[in-house]
Amino acid sequence: MNSPTTLSTIAPPASFISVKNLCKSFAGAPLYQNFNLDLPNNQLVSIFGPNGCGKSTLINMISGLIPCDSGDIQIHGKPIRRARIGYVFQNYRDSMFPWLSAYDNIAYPLRIKGVSDRDCRDRINQLIETFNIRLDLRRYPYSFSGGQQQLVSILRALVANPEVLFLDEPFSALDFETTLFVRDKLQEIFMATGIPMLMVVHNLEEAVFLADTILLLSKRPTHLVEAVPFTLPRPRTPDTLTSPKFIEVSRHCLDIFRQEMRK
Amino acid sequence: MATIVRSDRSRSGWQFLSDWLDRGLPLVGVLVLFGVWWLIAVSGWVNPVLLPTPIATLDTLVRGMFSGTMLPDFWATVLRTFSAFLLAAVIGVPVGVALGSSEKLYRSVEFLIDFFRSTPASALIPMFILFFGISDFSKVVIAAFSALLLIIFNSAYGVMNAKQSRILAAKVMGANHWRIFKDVLLLESLPQTFIGLRSGISIALVIVIVAEMFIGTEQGLGKRIIDAQQILNVQDMYASILVTGFLGYFLNMLFLVLEKRLVHWSGK
Repeated sequence: MNSPTTLSTIAPPASFISVKNLCKSFAGAPLYQNFNLDLPNNQLVSIFGPNGCGKSTLINMISGLIPCDSGDIQIHGKPIRRARIGYVFQNYRDSMFPWLSAYDNIAYPLRIKGVSDRDCRDRINQLIETFNIRLDLRRYPYSFSGGQQQLVSILRALVANPEVLFLDEPFSALDFETTLFVRDKLQEIFMATGIPMLMVVHNLEEAVFLADTILLLSKRPTHLVEAVPFTLPRPRTPDTLTSPKFIEVSRHCLDIFRQEMRK
Repeated sequence: MATIVRSDRSRSGWQFLSDWLDRGLPLVGVLVLFGVWWLIAVSGWVNPVLLPTPIATLDTLVRGMFSGTMLPDFWATVLRTFSAFLLAAVIGVPVGVALGSSEKLYRSVEFLIDFFRSTPASALIPMFILFFGISDFSKVVIAAFSALLLIIFNSAYGVMNAKQSRILAAKVMGANHWRIFKDVLLLESLPQTFIGLRSGISIALVIVIVAEMFIGTEQGLGKRIIDAQQILNVQDMYASILVTGFLGYFLNMLFLVLEKRLVHWSGK
Protein backbone atom coordinates (compact mmCIF):
# COMPACT_ATOMS: atom_id res chain seq x y z
CA MET A 1 0.00 0.00 0.00
CA ASN A 2 1.49 3.29 -1.04
CA SER A 3 -0.69 5.59 0.95
CA PRO A 4 0.72 8.96 1.89
CA THR A 5 0.01 9.48 5.56
CA THR A 6 -1.08 12.90 6.58
CA LEU A 7 -0.14 13.27 10.21
CA SER A 8 2.65 10.83 10.83
CA THR A 9 3.87 7.50 9.62
CA ILE A 10 3.90 5.88 13.04
CA ALA A 11 2.32 2.45 12.90
CA PRO A 12 -0.55 1.48 15.21
CA PRO A 13 -1.15 1.15 18.11
CA ALA A 14 0.62 4.50 18.56
CA SER A 15 -2.36 5.95 16.74
CA PHE A 16 -5.82 5.37 18.10
CA ILE A 17 -7.43 5.78 14.74
CA SER A 18 -5.91 5.05 11.40
CA VAL A 19 -7.78 5.51 8.13
CA LYS A 20 -6.32 4.46 4.79
CA ASN A 21 -7.66 5.18 1.30
CA LEU A 22 -11.18 5.82 2.50
CA CYS A 23 -13.71 6.37 -0.29
CA LYS A 24 -17.34 7.31 0.07
CA SER A 25 -19.78 8.83 -2.35
CA PHE A 26 -23.44 9.75 -2.06
CA ALA A 27 -25.65 9.35 -5.14
CA GLY A 28 -22.59 9.31 -7.40
CA ALA A 29 -21.07 12.47 -5.92
CA PRO A 30 -17.76 11.69 -4.23
CA LEU A 31 -17.51 12.88 -0.63
CA TYR A 32 -14.23 11.22 0.32
CA GLN A 33 -11.62 10.04 -2.16
CA ASN A 34 -8.56 8.20 -0.86
CA PHE A 35 -8.83 9.91 2.48
CA ASN A 36 -6.08 9.15 4.98
CA LEU A 37 -5.87 9.91 8.65
CA ASP A 38 -3.70 8.89 11.60
CA LEU A 39 -4.58 10.23 15.00
CA PRO A 40 -1.89 10.06 17.69
CA ASN A 41 -2.92 8.12 20.76
CA ASN A 42 -4.22 9.65 24.01
CA GLN A 43 -5.45 12.77 22.30
CA LEU A 44 -8.68 14.66 22.18
CA VAL A 45 -9.16 15.46 18.51
CA SER A 46 -11.84 17.74 17.14
CA ILE A 47 -13.05 17.93 13.58
CA PHE A 48 -14.04 21.27 12.10
CA GLY A 49 -15.01 22.18 8.57
CA PRO A 50 -17.62 23.82 6.35
CA ASN A 51 -21.23 22.66 6.21
CA GLY A 52 -21.82 19.54 4.21
CA CYS A 53 -18.18 18.48 4.13
CA GLY A 54 -19.08 15.24 5.86
CA LYS A 55 -17.74 15.71 9.39
CA SER A 56 -20.45 13.52 10.90
CA THR A 57 -20.22 11.08 8.01
CA LEU A 58 -16.52 10.67 8.77
CA ILE A 59 -16.96 9.76 12.43
CA ASN A 60 -19.95 7.60 11.59
CA MET A 61 -17.78 5.63 9.18
CA ILE A 62 -14.89 5.41 11.63
CA SER A 63 -17.24 4.24 14.38
CA GLY A 64 -18.87 1.72 12.04
CA LEU A 65 -22.36 3.25 12.11
CA ILE A 66 -22.42 3.62 8.34
CA PRO A 67 -20.40 1.62 5.81
CA CYS A 68 -17.69 3.14 3.64
CA ASP A 69 -17.39 2.31 -0.05
CA SER A 70 -13.78 1.20 0.24
CA GLY A 71 -10.74 1.72 2.42
CA ASP A 72 -9.36 0.45 5.67
CA ILE A 73 -10.23 1.80 9.11
CA GLN A 74 -8.50 0.61 12.25
CA ILE A 75 -9.02 1.50 15.88
CA HIS A 76 -5.99 0.77 18.01
CA GLY A 77 -4.73 -1.45 15.22
CA LYS A 78 -7.92 -3.54 15.15
CA PRO A 79 -10.83 -3.58 12.74
CA ILE A 80 -13.82 -1.55 13.97
CA ARG A 81 -15.88 -4.63 14.78
CA ARG A 82 -13.41 -5.79 17.40
CA ALA A 83 -12.90 -2.42 19.07
CA ARG A 84 -14.88 -1.24 22.09
CA ILE A 85 -16.30 2.13 21.18
CA GLY A 86 -18.46 4.68 22.91
CA TYR A 87 -20.60 7.08 20.93
CA VAL A 88 -22.32 10.26 22.08
CA PHE A 89 -25.05 11.43 19.74
CA GLN A 90 -25.86 15.01 18.85
CA ASN A 91 -29.46 14.67 19.90
CA TYR A 92 -29.61 13.16 23.37
CA ARG A 93 -33.41 13.26 23.26
CA ASP A 94 -33.57 10.86 20.32
CA SER A 95 -30.74 8.61 21.37
CA MET A 96 -31.68 7.87 24.98
CA PHE A 97 -34.37 5.30 25.73
CA PRO A 98 -37.19 7.28 27.36
CA TRP A 99 -38.87 4.11 28.67
CA LEU A 100 -35.83 3.34 30.83
CA SER A 101 -34.70 5.28 33.88
CA ALA A 102 -31.42 7.20 33.58
CA TYR A 103 -29.76 4.38 35.54
CA ASP A 104 -31.05 1.69 33.18
CA ASN A 105 -30.01 3.79 30.21
CA ILE A 106 -26.45 3.96 31.52
CA ALA A 107 -26.49 0.25 32.35
CA TYR A 108 -27.82 -0.79 28.94
CA PRO A 109 -24.44 -1.37 27.20
CA LEU A 110 -23.40 -3.58 30.12
CA ARG A 111 -26.67 -5.52 30.07
CA ILE A 112 -26.16 -6.24 26.37
CA LYS A 113 -22.80 -7.75 27.24
CA GLY A 114 -24.48 -9.92 29.88
CA VAL A 115 -22.91 -8.21 32.89
CA SER A 116 -24.66 -9.13 36.16
CA ASP A 117 -26.87 -6.59 37.97
CA ARG A 118 -24.39 -6.41 40.78
CA ASP A 119 -21.41 -5.65 38.55
CA CYS A 120 -23.50 -3.08 36.71
CA ARG A 121 -24.24 -1.33 39.98
CA ASP A 122 -20.59 -1.36 41.01
CA ARG A 123 -19.45 0.02 37.69
CA ILE A 124 -22.06 2.78 37.60
CA ASN A 125 -21.35 3.76 41.20
CA GLN A 126 -17.69 3.96 40.32
CA LEU A 127 -18.45 6.23 37.36
CA ILE A 128 -20.67 8.46 39.49
CA GLU A 129 -18.01 8.83 42.14
CA THR A 130 -15.16 9.41 39.71
CA PHE A 131 -16.96 12.18 37.91
CA ASN A 132 -18.82 13.55 40.86
CA ILE A 133 -22.27 13.19 39.31
CA ARG A 134 -25.12 14.46 41.47
CA LEU A 135 -28.22 13.26 39.66
CA ASP A 136 -31.08 11.08 40.83
CA LEU A 137 -30.61 8.33 38.27
CA ARG A 138 -33.93 6.67 39.14
CA ARG A 139 -35.67 9.43 37.19
CA TYR A 140 -36.50 9.16 33.51
CA PRO A 141 -34.20 10.94 31.02
CA TYR A 142 -36.88 13.39 29.86
CA SER A 143 -37.22 14.75 33.39
CA PHE A 144 -33.66 16.12 33.31
CA SER A 145 -32.42 19.33 31.72
CA GLY A 146 -30.70 19.15 28.35
CA GLY A 147 -27.20 19.34 29.80
CA GLN A 148 -27.97 16.64 32.37
CA GLN A 149 -29.39 14.40 29.65
CA GLN A 150 -26.29 14.83 27.54
CA LEU A 151 -24.19 14.04 30.63
CA VAL A 152 -26.20 10.84 31.15
CA SER A 153 -25.63 9.88 27.53
CA ILE A 154 -21.88 10.51 27.96
CA LEU A 155 -21.91 8.22 31.01
CA ARG A 156 -23.74 5.60 28.96
CA ALA A 157 -21.02 5.84 26.31
CA LEU A 158 -18.32 5.47 28.97
CA VAL A 159 -19.79 2.66 31.06
CA ALA A 160 -18.42 -0.24 29.03
CA ASN A 161 -14.83 1.05 29.17
CA PRO A 162 -14.48 2.14 25.56
CA GLU A 163 -11.09 2.36 23.85
CA VAL A 164 -12.31 5.39 21.92
CA LEU A 165 -15.09 7.88 22.51
CA PHE A 166 -16.83 9.43 19.51
CA LEU A 167 -18.86 12.59 19.98
CA ASP A 168 -21.05 13.94 17.20
CA GLU A 169 -21.68 17.64 17.87
CA PRO A 170 -22.27 16.97 21.57
CA PHE A 171 -22.99 20.62 22.38
CA SER A 172 -25.11 21.67 19.42
CA ALA A 173 -28.45 20.84 21.05
CA LEU A 174 -27.50 22.65 24.27
CA ASP A 175 -27.80 26.28 25.28
CA PHE A 176 -24.69 28.28 26.18
CA GLU A 177 -24.86 27.74 29.93
CA THR A 178 -25.25 23.97 29.71
CA THR A 179 -22.60 23.81 27.01
CA LEU A 180 -20.11 25.20 29.53
CA PHE A 181 -21.24 22.64 32.11
CA VAL A 182 -20.99 19.64 29.76
CA ARG A 183 -17.69 20.92 28.33
CA ASP A 184 -16.13 21.09 31.80
CA LYS A 185 -17.42 17.63 32.64
CA LEU A 186 -16.04 16.27 29.39
CA GLN A 187 -12.62 17.75 30.13
CA GLU A 188 -12.75 16.25 33.62
CA ILE A 189 -13.59 12.85 32.13
CA PHE A 190 -10.80 13.10 29.57
CA MET A 191 -8.25 14.06 32.22
CA ALA A 192 -9.35 11.26 34.54
CA THR A 193 -9.60 8.44 32.01
CA GLY A 194 -7.28 9.41 29.17
CA ILE A 195 -9.69 7.77 26.73
CA PRO A 196 -8.88 9.17 23.28
CA MET A 197 -11.78 11.14 21.87
CA LEU A 198 -12.81 12.15 18.40
CA MET A 199 -15.34 14.95 18.38
CA VAL A 200 -17.22 16.75 15.62
CA VAL A 201 -17.98 20.38 16.44
CA HIS A 202 -19.63 23.16 14.49
CA ASN A 203 -18.21 26.03 16.49
CA LEU A 204 -14.58 27.06 16.21
CA GLU A 205 -14.17 28.07 19.85
CA GLU A 206 -15.42 24.68 20.99
CA ALA A 207 -13.25 22.93 18.43
CA VAL A 208 -10.11 24.58 19.82
CA PHE A 209 -10.92 24.83 23.52
CA LEU A 210 -10.80 21.15 24.47
CA ALA A 211 -8.65 19.72 21.72
CA ASP A 212 -5.05 18.55 21.42
CA THR A 213 -5.42 18.51 17.67
CA ILE A 214 -7.93 20.33 15.46
CA LEU A 215 -8.57 18.67 12.11
CA LEU A 216 -9.58 21.25 9.52
CA LEU A 217 -11.48 19.76 6.61
CA SER A 218 -12.05 21.23 3.16
CA LYS A 219 -15.22 21.52 1.11
CA ARG A 220 -16.22 18.35 -0.72
CA PRO A 221 -14.65 16.26 -2.06
CA THR A 222 -13.25 16.43 1.41
CA HIS A 223 -9.61 16.30 2.31
CA LEU A 224 -7.64 17.20 5.41
CA VAL A 225 -6.37 20.76 5.04
CA GLU A 226 -4.35 20.85 8.22
CA ALA A 227 -4.08 19.17 11.60
CA VAL A 228 -3.48 22.06 13.97
CA PRO A 229 -1.93 21.22 17.34
CA PHE A 230 -3.06 23.05 20.46
CA THR A 231 -0.80 22.16 23.35
CA LEU A 232 -1.97 24.30 26.26
CA PRO A 233 -1.94 22.23 29.48
CA ARG A 234 -5.19 21.12 31.13
CA PRO A 235 -7.40 21.93 32.91
CA ARG A 236 -8.37 24.68 30.53
CA THR A 237 -10.50 27.35 32.12
CA PRO A 238 -12.41 30.46 31.00
CA ASP A 239 -9.03 32.22 31.18
CA THR A 240 -7.82 29.92 28.42
CA LEU A 241 -10.20 31.71 26.06
CA THR A 242 -8.20 34.93 26.40
CA SER A 243 -4.73 33.41 26.46
CA PRO A 244 -2.42 34.43 23.57
CA LYS A 245 -1.87 30.82 22.55
CA PHE A 246 -5.62 30.13 22.26
CA ILE A 247 -6.18 33.31 20.27
CA GLU A 248 -3.26 32.51 17.98
CA VAL A 249 -4.48 28.97 17.25
CA SER A 250 -8.09 30.10 16.80
CA ARG A 251 -7.04 32.82 14.38
CA HIS A 252 -4.91 30.40 12.43
CA CYS A 253 -7.82 27.96 12.17
CA LEU A 254 -10.18 30.73 11.13
CA ASP A 255 -7.77 31.92 8.43
CA ILE A 256 -7.54 28.46 6.96
CA PHE A 257 -11.30 28.02 7.17
CA ARG A 258 -11.93 31.28 5.30
CA GLN A 259 -9.33 30.41 2.69
CA GLU A 260 -11.14 27.12 2.12
CA MET A 261 -14.51 28.85 1.86
CA ARG A 262 -13.15 31.15 -0.88
CA LYS A 263 -12.00 28.24 -3.01
CA MET B 1 -49.75 45.20 57.09
CA ALA B 2 -53.33 44.17 57.87
CA THR B 3 -54.61 45.55 54.58
CA ILE B 4 -51.99 43.58 52.69
CA VAL B 5 -53.08 40.40 54.39
CA ARG B 6 -56.73 41.13 53.63
CA SER B 7 -56.07 41.85 49.97
CA ASP B 8 -54.08 38.62 49.78
CA ARG B 9 -56.94 36.67 51.22
CA SER B 10 -59.51 38.24 48.94
CA ARG B 11 -57.26 37.59 45.94
CA SER B 12 -56.97 33.94 46.87
CA GLY B 13 -60.75 33.89 47.21
CA TRP B 14 -61.09 35.19 43.66
CA GLN B 15 -58.44 32.75 42.58
CA PHE B 16 -60.44 29.91 44.10
CA LEU B 17 -63.65 31.01 42.42
CA SER B 18 -62.04 31.44 38.99
CA ASP B 19 -60.29 28.05 39.31
CA TRP B 20 -63.63 26.51 40.16
CA LEU B 21 -65.30 28.20 37.18
CA ASP B 22 -62.45 27.06 34.92
CA ARG B 23 -62.96 23.50 35.97
CA GLY B 24 -66.70 23.83 35.26
CA LEU B 25 -66.12 24.97 31.64
CA PRO B 26 -66.63 21.51 30.07
CA LEU B 27 -70.11 21.45 31.63
CA VAL B 28 -71.20 24.61 29.81
CA GLY B 29 -71.77 22.84 26.50
CA VAL B 30 -73.71 20.06 28.23
CA LEU B 31 -75.98 22.53 30.02
CA VAL B 32 -76.59 24.49 26.81
CA LEU B 33 -77.48 21.28 24.94
CA PHE B 34 -79.94 20.21 27.64
CA GLY B 35 -81.37 23.73 27.76
CA VAL B 36 -81.96 23.87 24.00
CA TRP B 37 -83.33 20.31 24.02
CA TRP B 38 -85.73 21.20 26.85
CA LEU B 39 -86.87 24.40 25.09
CA ILE B 40 -87.60 22.55 21.86
CA ALA B 41 -89.39 19.76 23.72
CA VAL B 42 -91.71 22.05 25.71
CA SER B 43 -92.25 24.64 22.96
CA GLY B 44 -94.39 22.31 20.89
CA TRP B 45 -92.27 22.84 17.70
CA VAL B 46 -91.66 19.14 17.59
CA ASN B 47 -94.27 16.48 18.16
CA PRO B 48 -93.86 15.43 21.82
CA VAL B 49 -94.16 11.81 20.72
CA LEU B 50 -90.85 12.23 18.89
CA LEU B 51 -88.96 14.26 21.47
CA PRO B 52 -89.41 13.80 25.23
CA THR B 53 -87.88 16.33 27.63
CA PRO B 54 -84.31 15.71 28.80
CA ILE B 55 -85.58 15.18 32.34
CA ALA B 56 -87.98 12.43 31.26
CA THR B 57 -85.17 10.83 29.24
CA LEU B 58 -82.68 10.92 32.11
CA ASP B 59 -85.39 9.56 34.40
CA THR B 60 -85.94 6.62 32.04
CA LEU B 61 -82.17 6.12 31.85
CA VAL B 62 -81.71 5.97 35.62
CA ARG B 63 -84.75 3.75 36.14
CA GLY B 64 -83.67 1.46 33.31
CA MET B 65 -80.13 1.13 34.61
CA PHE B 66 -81.01 0.56 38.25
CA SER B 67 -84.24 -1.37 38.21
CA GLY B 68 -85.25 -2.16 34.69
CA THR B 69 -83.99 -4.20 31.80
CA MET B 70 -81.41 -1.77 30.44
CA LEU B 71 -78.55 -3.05 32.58
CA PRO B 72 -78.47 -6.57 31.05
CA ASP B 73 -78.54 -4.97 27.58
CA PHE B 74 -75.68 -2.70 28.62
CA TRP B 75 -73.54 -5.57 29.90
CA ALA B 76 -74.25 -7.69 26.84
CA THR B 77 -72.94 -4.91 24.61
CA VAL B 78 -69.92 -4.26 26.85
CA LEU B 79 -69.08 -7.98 26.89
CA ARG B 80 -69.28 -8.27 23.08
CA THR B 81 -67.20 -5.11 22.60
CA PHE B 82 -64.45 -6.30 24.94
CA SER B 83 -64.41 -9.82 23.50
CA ALA B 84 -64.06 -8.39 20.01
CA PHE B 85 -61.39 -5.97 21.16
CA LEU B 86 -59.37 -8.64 22.98
CA LEU B 87 -59.54 -10.98 20.01
CA ALA B 88 -58.34 -8.17 17.73
CA ALA B 89 -55.58 -6.99 20.08
CA VAL B 90 -54.17 -10.48 20.78
CA ILE B 91 -53.81 -11.10 17.06
CA GLY B 92 -53.30 -7.55 15.82
CA VAL B 93 -50.42 -6.27 17.95
CA PRO B 94 -47.98 -9.17 17.30
CA VAL B 95 -48.92 -9.30 13.61
CA GLY B 96 -48.57 -5.53 13.26
CA VAL B 97 -45.19 -5.46 15.00
CA ALA B 98 -43.97 -8.37 12.88
CA LEU B 99 -45.15 -6.73 9.64
CA GLY B 100 -43.65 -3.39 10.66
CA SER B 101 -40.22 -4.81 11.35
CA SER B 102 -39.87 -5.92 7.74
CA GLU B 103 -40.61 -3.16 5.30
CA LYS B 104 -40.81 -5.58 2.36
CA LEU B 105 -43.34 -7.72 4.18
CA TYR B 106 -45.45 -4.72 5.09
CA ARG B 107 -45.44 -3.26 1.62
CA SER B 108 -46.57 -6.57 0.16
CA VAL B 109 -49.75 -6.54 2.29
CA GLU B 110 -50.17 -2.78 2.59
CA PHE B 111 -52.76 -2.57 -0.15
CA LEU B 112 -54.91 -5.30 1.41
CA ILE B 113 -54.81 -3.65 4.82
CA ASP B 114 -55.58 -0.21 3.41
CA PHE B 115 -58.35 -1.59 1.22
CA PHE B 116 -60.19 -3.41 3.99
CA ARG B 117 -59.51 -0.58 6.40
CA SER B 118 -61.31 1.71 3.99
CA THR B 119 -64.19 -0.71 3.44
CA PRO B 120 -67.03 0.10 5.84
CA ALA B 121 -67.13 -2.89 8.16
CA SER B 122 -70.92 -2.76 8.17
CA ALA B 123 -70.82 -3.65 4.45
CA LEU B 124 -69.24 -6.95 5.39
CA ILE B 125 -71.92 -7.96 7.89
CA PRO B 126 -73.99 -10.01 5.38
CA MET B 127 -70.87 -11.91 4.36
CA PHE B 128 -70.01 -12.68 7.96
CA ILE B 129 -73.58 -13.89 8.53
CA LEU B 130 -73.10 -16.32 5.66
CA PHE B 131 -69.98 -17.73 7.27
CA PHE B 132 -70.75 -17.56 10.97
CA GLY B 133 -74.55 -17.46 11.05
CA ILE B 134 -76.43 -15.13 13.35
CA SER B 135 -74.78 -16.34 16.53
CA ASP B 136 -73.22 -14.14 19.18
CA PHE B 137 -69.83 -15.26 17.92
CA SER B 138 -70.66 -13.81 14.53
CA LYS B 139 -71.18 -10.31 15.95
CA VAL B 140 -67.93 -10.52 17.91
CA VAL B 141 -66.01 -11.66 14.84
CA ILE B 142 -67.27 -8.81 12.67
CA ALA B 143 -66.35 -6.21 15.29
CA ALA B 144 -63.00 -7.90 15.90
CA PHE B 145 -62.23 -7.86 12.19
CA SER B 146 -62.72 -4.13 11.85
CA ALA B 147 -60.71 -3.39 15.01
CA LEU B 148 -57.99 -5.81 13.90
CA LEU B 149 -57.09 -3.85 10.77
CA LEU B 150 -56.77 -0.60 12.70
CA ILE B 151 -54.58 -2.26 15.32
CA ILE B 152 -52.33 -3.98 12.78
CA PHE B 153 -51.94 -0.79 10.80
CA ASN B 154 -51.01 1.34 13.79
CA SER B 155 -48.63 -1.18 15.39
CA ALA B 156 -46.87 -1.66 12.07
CA TYR B 157 -46.47 2.08 11.59
CA GLY B 158 -45.25 2.48 15.16
CA VAL B 159 -42.43 0.05 14.43
CA MET B 160 -41.64 1.49 11.01
CA ASN B 161 -41.46 5.05 12.33
CA ALA B 162 -39.13 4.15 15.20
CA LYS B 163 -36.47 6.83 15.71
CA GLN B 164 -33.52 5.83 13.56
CA SER B 165 -31.08 7.37 16.03
CA ARG B 166 -32.29 5.07 18.85
CA ILE B 167 -31.78 2.04 16.65
CA LEU B 168 -28.29 3.32 15.79
CA ALA B 169 -27.59 3.95 19.47
CA ALA B 170 -28.54 0.36 20.35
CA LYS B 171 -26.46 -0.90 17.43
CA VAL B 172 -23.35 1.04 18.40
CA MET B 173 -23.70 -0.32 21.96
CA GLY B 174 -23.51 -3.80 20.51
CA ALA B 175 -27.17 -4.87 20.42
CA ASN B 176 -27.99 -7.65 17.93
CA HIS B 177 -31.14 -7.76 15.78
CA TRP B 178 -33.24 -9.53 18.38
CA ARG B 179 -32.28 -7.12 21.15
CA ILE B 180 -32.93 -4.12 18.91
CA PHE B 181 -36.36 -5.55 18.17
CA LYS B 182 -37.21 -6.34 21.79
CA ASP B 183 -35.55 -3.39 23.55
CA VAL B 184 -36.11 -0.63 21.01
CA LEU B 185 -38.62 -1.31 18.23
CA LEU B 186 -41.29 -2.84 20.43
CA LEU B 187 -41.20 0.03 22.92
CA GLU B 188 -40.86 2.67 20.23
CA SER B 189 -44.08 1.37 18.68
CA LEU B 190 -46.08 1.53 21.93
CA PRO B 191 -47.41 5.11 21.63
CA GLN B 192 -48.70 4.39 18.12
CA THR B 193 -49.96 0.95 19.17
CA PHE B 194 -52.05 2.60 21.86
CA ILE B 195 -53.61 4.87 19.26
CA GLY B 196 -54.54 1.71 17.35
CA LEU B 197 -55.99 0.07 20.46
CA ARG B 198 -58.02 3.14 21.31
CA SER B 199 -59.47 3.51 17.82
CA GLY B 200 -59.90 -0.28 17.77
CA ILE B 201 -62.18 -0.40 20.77
CA SER B 202 -64.18 2.57 19.45
CA ILE B 203 -64.84 0.90 16.12
CA ALA B 204 -65.58 -2.40 17.89
CA LEU B 205 -68.35 -0.66 19.86
CA VAL B 206 -69.77 0.90 16.66
CA ILE B 207 -69.85 -2.41 14.85
CA VAL B 208 -71.28 -4.33 17.83
CA ILE B 209 -74.18 -1.85 18.03
CA VAL B 210 -74.81 -2.07 14.26
CA ALA B 211 -74.60 -5.86 14.35
CA GLU B 212 -77.04 -6.03 17.24
CA MET B 213 -79.51 -3.95 15.24
CA PHE B 214 -78.94 -5.74 11.98
CA ILE B 215 -78.46 -9.38 12.99
CA GLY B 216 -80.70 -9.26 16.02
CA THR B 217 -80.01 -10.64 19.45
CA GLU B 218 -81.69 -11.40 22.76
CA GLN B 219 -79.89 -8.60 24.62
CA GLY B 220 -77.83 -5.60 23.63
CA LEU B 221 -78.12 -1.82 23.38
CA GLY B 222 -78.31 -1.86 19.58
CA LYS B 223 -81.27 -4.21 19.68
CA ARG B 224 -82.85 -2.13 22.43
CA ILE B 225 -82.57 1.10 20.43
CA ILE B 226 -84.13 -0.36 17.28
CA ASP B 227 -86.89 -2.07 19.28
CA ALA B 228 -87.73 1.13 21.16
CA GLN B 229 -87.91 3.00 17.86
CA GLN B 230 -90.21 0.37 16.31
CA ILE B 231 -92.78 0.70 19.09
CA LEU B 232 -92.27 4.49 19.40
CA ASN B 233 -90.97 4.18 22.95
CA VAL B 234 -88.90 7.30 22.32
CA GLN B 235 -87.89 7.92 25.94
CA ASP B 236 -86.24 4.54 26.04
CA MET B 237 -84.68 5.08 22.63
CA TYR B 238 -83.06 8.37 23.66
CA ALA B 239 -82.00 6.94 27.00
CA SER B 240 -80.36 3.96 25.26
CA ILE B 241 -78.61 6.24 22.80
CA LEU B 242 -77.23 8.26 25.71
CA VAL B 243 -75.98 5.06 27.34
CA THR B 244 -74.07 4.07 24.19
CA GLY B 245 -72.59 7.57 24.20
CA PHE B 246 -71.46 7.25 27.80
CA LEU B 247 -70.02 3.82 27.04
CA GLY B 248 -68.03 5.09 24.06
CA TYR B 249 -66.79 8.10 25.98
CA PHE B 250 -65.64 6.08 28.98
CA LEU B 251 -63.92 3.44 26.85
CA ASN B 252 -61.95 6.23 25.20
CA MET B 253 -61.10 7.78 28.58
CA LEU B 254 -60.06 4.40 29.96
CA PHE B 255 -57.55 3.97 27.16
CA LEU B 256 -56.26 7.52 27.48
CA VAL B 257 -55.59 6.93 31.18
CA LEU B 258 -53.96 3.55 30.52
CA GLU B 259 -51.84 5.14 27.82
CA LYS B 260 -50.66 7.88 30.13
CA ARG B 261 -49.70 5.30 32.73
CA LEU B 262 -47.99 2.77 30.48
CA VAL B 263 -46.46 5.04 27.84
CA HIS B 264 -45.28 7.72 30.26
CA TRP B 265 -42.70 9.03 27.78
CA SER B 266 -45.20 9.69 24.98
CA GLY B 267 -44.85 13.25 23.67
CA LYS B 268 -41.86 14.04 25.89
